[in-house]
Amino acid sequence: MNDFAHLLDRLAYEPRRNAKLRLLKDFFASTHDPERGYALAAMTGNLSFREAKPAMIRVLAEERVDPVLFGLSRNYVGDLAETVALIWPAAGATPANPPSAGEGGPQSGSGEGSGISAVGRGLGAGPGHNNPPPDVPTLAEVVETLSTIAKKDLPRHLARWLDALDETGRWALLKLVTGNLRVGVSARLAKTALGALGAHEPDAIEEIWHGLEPPYESLFAWVEGRGDRPETLNPAPFRPPMLSHPIEEDADLDKLAPDEFSAEWKWDGIRVQLAGGRDRDGRQVAKVYSRTGEDITGAFPDLAEAVTFEGAIDGELLILRESRVQSFNVLQQRLNRKAVTGKLLEEFPAHVRAYDLLAAGGEDLRALPFAERRKALENLIKKLDHARVDLSPLVPFATWQDLATARADPASAGAGADADAIEGVMLKRLDSVYQPGRPKGPWWKWKREPFVVDAVMMYAQRGHGKRSSFYSDYTFGCWRDGDEGEELVPVGKAYHGFTDAELQKLDRYVRNHTTKRFGPVREVAYGREAGLVLEIAFEGVQRSTRHKSGVAMRFPRVSRIRWDKPPAEADRLEALERILERGEREIAPGASMETDG
Amino acid sequence: MPISASELLSLTREGLYCPLGRFHVDPTWPVERALITHGHADHARSGHGHVLGTAETLRIMAVRYGEDFCRTRQEARLGEAMRIGDVTVRFAPAGHVLGSAQIAIEKDGKRIVVSGDYKRAPDPTCLPFEVIPCDVFITEATFGLPVFVHPDTRGEVRKLLDSVALFPERAHIVGAYALGKAQRVMALLREEGWDRPIHLHGAMEKLTELYKREGIPLGDTPKVVAAERKDLTGAIVICPPSAIQDLWARKFPDPVAAFASGWMRVRARARQKGVELPLVISDHSDWPDLCRTIRDIGAEEVWVTHGQEDALVHWCGTQGIKAKPLHLLGYGDDGEAEPDPAAKPGMEEASS
Repeated sequence: MNDFAHLLDRLAYEPRRNAKLRLLKDFFASTHDPERGYALAAMTGNLSFREAKPAMIRVLAEERVDPVLFGLSRNYVGDLAETVALIWPAAGATPANPPSAGEGGPQSGSGEGSGISAVGRGLGAGPGHNNPPPDVPTLAEVVETLSTIAKKDLPRHLARWLDALDETGRWALLKLVTGNLRVGVSARLAKTALGALGAHEPDAIEEIWHGLEPPYESLFAWVEGRGDRPETLNPAPFRPPMLSHPIEEDADLDKLAPDEFSAEWKWDGIRVQLAGGRDRDGRQVAKVYSRTGEDITGAFPDLAEAVTFEGAIDGELLILRESRVQSFNVLQQRLNRKAVTGKLLEEFPAHVRAYDLLAAGGEDLRALPFAERRKALENLIKKLDHARVDLSPLVPFATWQDLATARADPASAGAGADADAIEGVMLKRLDSVYQPGRPKGPWWKWKREPFVVDAVMMYAQRGHGKRSSFYSDYTFGCWRDGDEGEELVPVGKAYHGFTDAELQKLDRYVRNHTTKRFGPVREVAYGREAGLVLEIAFEGVQRSTRHKSGVAMRFPRVSRIRWDKPPAEADRLEALERILERGEREIAPGASMETDG
Repeated sequence: MPISASELLSLTREGLYCPLGRFHVDPTWPVERALITHGHADHARSGHGHVLGTAETLRIMAVRYGEDFCRTRQEARLGEAMRIGDVTVRFAPAGHVLGSAQIAIEKDGKRIVVSGDYKRAPDPTCLPFEVIPCDVFITEATFGLPVFVHPDTRGEVRKLLDSVALFPERAHIVGAYALGKAQRVMALLREEGWDRPIHLHGAMEKLTELYKREGIPLGDTPKVVAAERKDLTGAIVICPPSAIQDLWARKFPDPVAAFASGWMRVRARARQKGVELPLVISDHSDWPDLCRTIRDIGAEEVWVTHGQEDALVHWCGTQGIKAKPLHLLGYGDDGEAEPDPAAKPGMEEASS
């Protein structure tokens, strides 16, 4: 565990990709099985065990530290695992003495009454001869224990490990057991480092990845040249998706030739992959994967039924009712459900609108140009003839102006009633091969123009992670007529859209204009005379019963900070209500799922 | 009739004010008569009528603001009682930076100690904190949360030297506040046996020279010449925190960004600044030392000026000590804001 914790610690502070790769590669090369395999599984999100709930960890900490001080620390640090790692009493310390007991009184100076039962720096904190240090667990021991123990035994094991580990070890352990191991290493980077052990491309790892299980001993043996390529047991493997870059109209578009591109709608659903194949016994295997390779077949039996082919389709998951594409809000009600009931399947029928064909009849098509893959896709969809899978229609255009017109008004450009489920257009080079990742050049996304509104900052909240202790989440309001004249009513919350330099200025603004404090939230001065106007860009508006204003925005972000604009001139709530009436489109609040291609 | 604490010291827009002595302590606005605990810019501002401070603090202010930083000035000798108006005032070392002092204000047997910023950890560049028993102790709380436990500075300096040994082809750029922290890091490096030059950003030069004139040996500390940055492989360079991510720092060979600050204990804080090598070295008291100091002093009442006052006030409550936050504005900008790189130099050591 210590080696792994040390690696995570180094990675967390290392900004350079190549240096991260070197750290990972060195770790894989110098750590033995199964420790390194579990580390790989942890970093690629492939460990499955009973995760510790944050509430349980908090209870463990509060048995050892004054809960008020713990809460304040947690708010400050902005991360539960790190707070507990820093505040956990050093091993061998005397048992917790709740400070509320007021032991000794103010004058006595006895004992360690500083709210933590031991405070390091040699104040009897180290393990003494009567107090042998508990054994530092290996990562394998942690993972294997977590996957076998009963829920009630978890706190006891966790406390024992926390006692045995140092600060860095505790931090890594808590990140691991809460399933929250984000240290600036993507699964892709970990696989790249692994491949580099044996001069393999990361995609070579991806190809066989889905048939393998932690701790991946056969995989390590293969990359190190000590064993054969592991057999891919999965006849319907996931293939890493190809993603696009947002186009800059002014910078990019003029450099591109319209006749080299194909265009289609960018559907507002979630990107999925349908994969089918035959197992050794000749039985059909059907898989539905998310864009990150998560197997979501269980949640979509209605889609799996349609996978009667051998190959892999890249497409968008949408809910269709009577052939009409439903809004993302409707789709969201189908997602993230634990139980897939008959009623759910009936009310929210899942469909896939097919964009691309990656493999067919046992043949890998990804090296073919898009135009050829598209033909093969059209043929397959026709042959498949299944109501749940249809073709993403092409948008005809001759000039960029044609396409701009279609993008501005999809309803008149062939999308008809489905126009509300379109969030822009996709451009794909006709000759583009299917390249996993986000290569720059072959594919572009050209999103619809966002709506904008000028609103007044009302509250600010401290951010998390990299932004903890910065006031980075802003609640803003628009004007409406209240009982006592015009008043500001909150209409939404935004926490991105600004640069780090702007964040520093906003943070300082919040601190200098605070009128009230509520824990991590501050109210700032707002009114007709005083206040800061934020221009907010957003993708749409929905009715909301949760918000006092009755409306909620989708994907709101700060598009400009209007230091110059008097707050009295900010927009009125009616501006949002007009957008709402125009579309009357249901949109989910906080719909944050990454859906773009 | 004994005098009450609030008669002895009250809170005004400018900061703490002693009506009986007609002076402010560390006022954040220009006032007629100011007593200054130490030279950091949030405590020592220019433009006061009359300033009373330790000799070192007065010299620091003169270096930072020019000789005319106030109309008249007077040197306070440590430990010496002075009569000002109807009160007696005494300065005592605070262990924070060179010249830093606590100020005890007394009348009719009632004593309030304004500690300014202070630390208990050893520091080769200044006198150690002195415990003065009193009725009301006014403390900072910059690191007033139990997550803040500053490690032994030797280990932190070793981390830097180990990294220099590991990456001899790179330059190590260490961000440190220009007054106090920078010189303490230099002194600690010398203690650990680093005898090569320690290169300085221009903003560090004057105060470092002042420390040397005050008799603190810091060895060879050449100023970085812009054109020679690319040749400083394996060097240790000390600069203001805002410079570690500047273009200025990029011109060194494959620079390693280090930052010496108590904040470096929290990962997010290190990452926000793009720090690769966090060094937890602080000139403030950590949580255990804040608690220890309050216990050692044994005051009936504790007032908390700036930082994480809620936590420290709560802790005092659990110990049966009366405590209240003062919500003083202008010190360390809440103790948590990042120093403003655009602000005038010197402002930024506020939150070290």
